[in-house]
Amino acid sequence: MSEKRITLAYGSGGRLTHQLIKDIFVKYLGNEILYQMNDSATFTFSGNLAFTTDSYVVNPIFFPGGDIGKLAIYGTVNDLAMVGAEPLYISLGIIIEEGLLFEELERIVLSIKEAIEEAGVKVVTGDTKVVEKGKADKVFINTSGIGVIPNGINIRGDNAKPGEVVIVSGTVGDHGIAILSARKSLSFSVDVKSDTAPLNRLVKEMIEAVPEISVLRDPTRGGFATTLNEIAQASNVGIEIEESEIPIKDSVRSACELLGIDPLYIANEGKLIAIVPESKADLLLRVMKNSPYGKDAKIIGRVTREHPGKVVLITRLGVRRLLDMLSGDPLPRIC
Amino acid sequence: MKILDYNDTQLSKKILSEIEEISLSLGDITIMEFCGTHTHSIFRFGIRELLPENVTMLSGPGCPVCVTDNLDIDYSLALAEIPNTILVTFGDMVKVPGSYKSLQDIKAEGKDIRIVYSCMSALEIAEQNPRKSVIFLGVGFETTAPTVAGAIIEAKRRRIDNFFVYSMHKLTPPAMRSILELGEVKLDGILGPGHVSTVIGSEAWSFIPDNYKMPIAIAGFDTIDILLGIRALLEMIRDKTPRVVNTYLRAVKPKGNKLAQNLMYEVFEVTDSYWRGLGRLPKSGLKIREKYRNFDASIQFPINIENVVRHKLCKCGEVIRGVTSPLECPLFNKVCNPTNPIGPCMVSSEGTCSAYYLYGAK
Repeated sequence: MSEKRITLAYGSGGRLTHQLIKDIFVKYLGNEILYQMNDSATFTFSGNLAFTTDSYVVNPIFFPGGDIGKLAIYGTVNDLAMVGAEPLYISLGIIIEEGLLFEELERIVLSIKEAIEEAGVKVVTGDTKVVEKGKADKVFINTSGIGVIPNGINIRGDNAKPGEVVIVSGTVGDHGIAILSARKSLSFSVDVKSDTAPLNRLVKEMIEAVPEISVLRDPTRGGFATTLNEIAQASNVGIEIEESEIPIKDSVRSACELLGIDPLYIANEGKLIAIVPESKADLLLRVMKNSPYGKDAKIIGRVTREHPGKVVLITRLGVRRLLDMLSGDPLPRIC
Repeated sequence: MKILDYNDTQLSKKILSEIEEISLSLGDITIMEFCGTHTHSIFRFGIRELLPENVTMLSGPGCPVCVTDNLDIDYSLALAEIPNTILVTFGDMVKVPGSYKSLQDIKAEGKDIRIVYSCMSALEIAEQNPRKSVIFLGVGFETTAPTVAGAIIEAKRRRIDNFFVYSMHKLTPPAMRSILELGEVKLDGILGPGHVSTVIGSEAWSFIPDNYKMPIAIAGFDTIDILLGIRALLEMIRDKTPRVVNTYLRAVKPKGNKLAQNLMYEVFEVTDSYWRGLGRLPKSGLKIREKYRNFDASIQFPINIENVVRHKLCKCGEVIRGVTSPLECPLFNKVCNPTNPIGPCMVSSEGTCSAYYLYGAK
């Protein structure tokens, strides 16, 4: 393995920058728009557009089931998908801390290549900067994305209505535990992979079958509980969740017990919550279960008129209790 | 009977109905759950609401961060201010307000404070930063102390001389004894701590039935564990046969974990310790032995802490003793919440106020 590292000179804008762009970014991510190599990418299309941006600063940059590159593509693809948009074009801004191994950067870009192929999107513009050691943590990525929303689709966080049903596309908490287990400071290892995945293909099938979907959200930072609270507040409705119906992997559950954290508050990167009229729930569930990205989908609760703005969890023992938003970071217990 | 799923709903309901039946023959019963993890589990599962009306659960002092006094928090902050120092800590500690600031505040100001999940990680940080003093904040009960002792022994063996521990470790039986001696709250039984007892053993609690004629049941942390503990307590209360009952057999042995105890007492010796809410308790803390003094931050970095300020309205001290419910605190949910904690009981994932807040107790 080459020990060649990225130095500040690669961010100077001169010959080495060009070489880096040509040898790594254009080589792996090239397409007719990127090849234009103008100051801006130019293209035409029409329709209702969705536009989003997100920055990725995950530590460690490689973790079981993924890496920062996959995360940066899927995160933005999924944000577009959560308003029903079909993601098309992505921008890629990379800030590299000097000293990053070439081999590591190449691994990340190769992973981005795989991700854009899986999601069916194109990187059409990009930027690379190199900063001094200590001014960033290995590599930071920002992606923005543009997508087109099909006519007649109105999926928004403030659209949940009493009587509707809450569906989750699969197991909860996988990504957060995979990241924690990959951190050196954690003294145990668990066999949990990040769930990082693009959800746009799943969403496309879902809205083709059930265009009446009211809300789609991907419960990333803050986890499942926080996202449900955001929906309840935005829509000014109550939400009730059956604890026994929430799918959680045994390995995730036991890791959470060891660490003293609640799986409902840790990040997911390839799951979605859908809120849909009850009459369409079974159909939607069938469609989701047919997709590799939603095979463990389940109905886990419903939207209520009561307690607007609040989420109530019905425990296994049938007790109703508040499921609040996350405050602060989920931290492990110490005894 | 072999239990396969310790959260099985049917079995839980069966034990609950047995609890209900036993309670019919009893007057008002108050049980203290010593351990903060029990408090949180009880709220999380909704057990409080399912217990018979005459059975009340009261939270005890079993939260290491909560019982750490402001003086120690201020000392920790002062350690972080020493130039060329990396302060390493478990996560809960960073948000606890000291007299003026929290570790989180001075971290934002640029002090090098790192969060780890195990003391061995602090040792690694010391090894990677040989020119810096790496000070680990040793907070925790008998569950944590052996691992910290292990790290100190390892540091000695590997001659890592820039690694230090500020020991605020505390022992749980003296705190329980203090609450029973104070007699401020009328208790009928104790739900004993599961994790701590894996180290110290169930026999370490025999002073509770022997000296105070009170039953104690050591319990695990799943629904059925907790319910079995409560059932055992009610049976002993009904039959007037106070004993130590271990319902956490799959983890706790009568004599505990000898290996962990030996490790702990190789490095630490028992000392008096100051507890938030309980004051100075004799023989209730652990300090680093003379033999390992090179690793003792309190000796290597002596700091005189003055002007310790304790928030006048914060009721953490009373909450720790079980005298005041978080709901009776004038700050709870008004000024004090997990994003703006005034006292440690709102910060820690084992704190009583945090449990009341998180699970929307009314």
